[in-house]
Amino acid sequence: MQHDDVIWDVIGNRAFCSFKVKTKVQNFCRNEYNITGLCNRSSCPLANSQYATIREEKGQCFLYMKVIERAAFPARMWEKVKLSKNYEKALEQIDQNLIYWPRFIRHKCKQRFTKITQYLIRIRKLTLKRQRKLVPLSRKVEAREKRKEEKALIAAQLDNAIEKELLERLKQGTYGDIYNFPIHAFDKALEHQDEESETDSEEEEEDDEDVGKKEFVADDEIEESDLSDFEDMDNLKAGSDEHEESSEEDESEEEMEEEPEASGSKGKMPLKGAVFRKKRAYVEIEYEQEMEPVPKSKAT
Amino acid sequence: MKNVAAMERSRLCVSEIKNKQRRHLMFMKLKQEKRKVAMKKKKKKERDALGDKAPPKEVPKTIENQRVYDETTVNPEDEEVAFDEGTDEFSAYFNRLTNPKVLITTSDRPRGRTVRFCNQLATVIPDAHVYYRRGLALKKVIPQCIARGFTYLMVINEDRKVPNGMVLCHLPDGPTAHFKVSSVRLRKEMKRRGKDPTEHSPEVILNNFTTRLGHSMGRLFAALFPHDPQFVGRQVATFHNQRDFIFFRFHRYIFKNEQRVGIQELGPRFTLKLRSLQKGTFDSKFGEYEWVLKRHENDVCRRRFNL
Repeated sequence: MQHDDVIWDVIGNRAFCSFKVKTKVQNFCRNEYNITGLCNRSSCPLANSQYATIREEKGQCFLYMKVIERAAFPARMWEKVKLSKNYEKALEQIDQNLIYWPRFIRHKCKQRFTKITQYLIRIRKLTLKRQRKLVPLSRKVEAREKRKEEKALIAAQLDNAIEKELLERLKQGTYGDIYNFPIHAFDKALEHQDEESETDSEEEEEDDEDVGKKEFVADDEIEESDLSDFEDMDNLKAGSDEHEESSEEDESEEEMEEEPEASGSKGKMPLKGAVFRKKRAYVEIEYEQEMEPVPKSKAT
Repeated sequence: MKNVAAMERSRLCVSEIKNKQRRHLMFMKLKQEKRKVAMKKKKKKERDALGDKAPPKEVPKTIENQRVYDETTVNPEDEEVAFDEGTDEFSAYFNRLTNPKVLITTSDRPRGRTVRFCNQLATVIPDAHVYYRRGLALKKVIPQCIARGFTYLMVINEDRKVPNGMVLCHLPDGPTAHFKVSSVRLRKEMKRRGKDPTEHSPEVILNNFTTRLGHSMGRLFAALFPHDPQFVGRQVATFHNQRDFIFFRFHRYIFKNEQRVGIQELGPRFTLKLRSLQKGTFDSKFGEYEWVLKRHENDVCRRRFNL
C-alpha cells in the first residue's frame, strides 16, 4: 500500500528527492507530472495517491490521472484523457473526470489548463507575425571577404576611374555649354569656321541662363561658395577684397605666361573669363593658373 | 637619385647595428635591393639593344585580366538584352514615365549609427524619405508604399549597432535585391570632406557592370536617381563594381581645365555585395530567386565573378 505520509516525510523533509530544486525562498519540483511546479505536500505527484495533471503535446491538451492501483507498473500508472479544443467544454470534461476529487486538485487542474490554452494562443499569434531568422556568420569567411574587399578597393582606383569618366563625359559634351574651355571653343571654331559669331551666340545663350555660367558676377559668387569647400577659405575670405586687385594683376601676368602652355598654340581665346577670373582670384591660385586665361592678353 | 640617397643612409645604419644577426639581415636586404636595381638596368639595356625586335613588354597578370570569361557578359549590340531591357520592370523609369521616390527605413530598433546613416543617405538621394520601422512587417508596408507612389523601398538592416545589410526593393512589382553592406563611413569620419551635399540631383556613374546580372544591378541603381541630373550642383554618385564588390562614393567635382578635374568626397561611402536577387517584391519565403550567392561556387575558382 502507498503510505503517502511516509513518502512525503522521507522525500519532502528528510532525505533526498531528485526532482526537488531548492532556491533561497522557494522549493520547486521538476517532475513532469507536477501540477503546480512547487514542491509541496499537496502538489507532490509521488506523495499523493490521488493525483491529476494537465499536460500539453503538440497543441493538444490531456488530463492525466494517477491510478494508484497500478503503482507497481509506473509505465501504465497514468491515464490520459484527451480534452476538447473548446475551452468551456474542456473545463466541463475536467469536472466530469475529476468528480468527487479534492477541491485543490480540481482547481489547480483548471488553472493549469487555462494557462496552457493562453500560451498556445500566443504561439499561434506569434507565428503569424514576422519571424526573425538568425543567420550564423563564419568568422573565417567574414575575414576572407574583408580582405578581398580591401584588395578590390585598391584595385578599383576609384578616384582615377571617376575622374576619367567625368572627363570623358566632358569630351562627349554631355554637359553642353556650361563649361567653356579654350580648346573646346577652338574646336568649335574649327568646325564652324566662324569664331566670332559663334562666341557671340554663346554669350547670348549664356546671357539667358543664369546658373552655372562663370562669366557673370552673380554666378561667380555661387561658384565661390562651392569652391570654398575645397579648402579652408575662411582666412582668405576675410582679407580677400583688398588682395583681389593686386592678385588680379599678378594673375594676369602669370596667365599671360601660362597661356601658351595651357592652350598650346591654339590661337584665339574666347572673350569670356575676365570677370570670372577676377572673382576667382582669391580662391586658390592653383586653380587660377589653369583656368581660362585672360582674354585681353590675346597672344599673337 | 632618391634610391642612392636611401641606400647610403641605410648603409650607414647597417654598419652601426651592433647585433650580428640583425646586421647580417639588413645587409642581405641591401644586397637584394642592389641586385634588383642591377637587374632592371640590365633588362633595360637588353631591350634598348634589341630595339624594335624586342619582345613586347609583358603585361602583369591581374585578377581582372585573368577573370574567367562569363558567358552572360553583355554585348552592347545584343538585341535580346535590348529587348529585355525595354520590357522589364525598369522600363517605366527609363521611358521617363515615373520619377523615383525612395522610402528608407531600418530593421527594428535602430541604433544611432544606423539612423545617421539613413539620414545621410536621404540627403544623397533626392526625394528620399526616412521612416521609422516600429516593428511593422515589410509585406504590409509594401502595399502602402505603392499606394503612396513610392518607387523604391530601402531597408537597412542592423547588427550589433552597425548597418550590415540592405534590402532594395523596386516597388510596383520590381526585383528585390539583398546586399551585404560593409565599410560604412559616415560624413563625420571622412577626411578632407566638403560641405554637405545640396539638393541638386547628382549625376550617376556606373562602372564595370558587365554581365547580365551586373546590368540589371546597374539599372537598379540608376533608377534610384532622377533622370536629369542638375549639372549646376556638380555632384556625382558613383557605383563602381570591382570583383563583385560595389563601391558607392559621392563626390563634388570641378573641372580645372580640359584635362584635369578635381573631386572632393562628400557624403557617406559604403560597399555592397549582392547576396540575392529576387523577382517580385520582398517575399523571402515564397519569392522566386533569380540569383543567390552561393559561397562554394566562388571558392572553386577565384577568378570567377558574377557581376
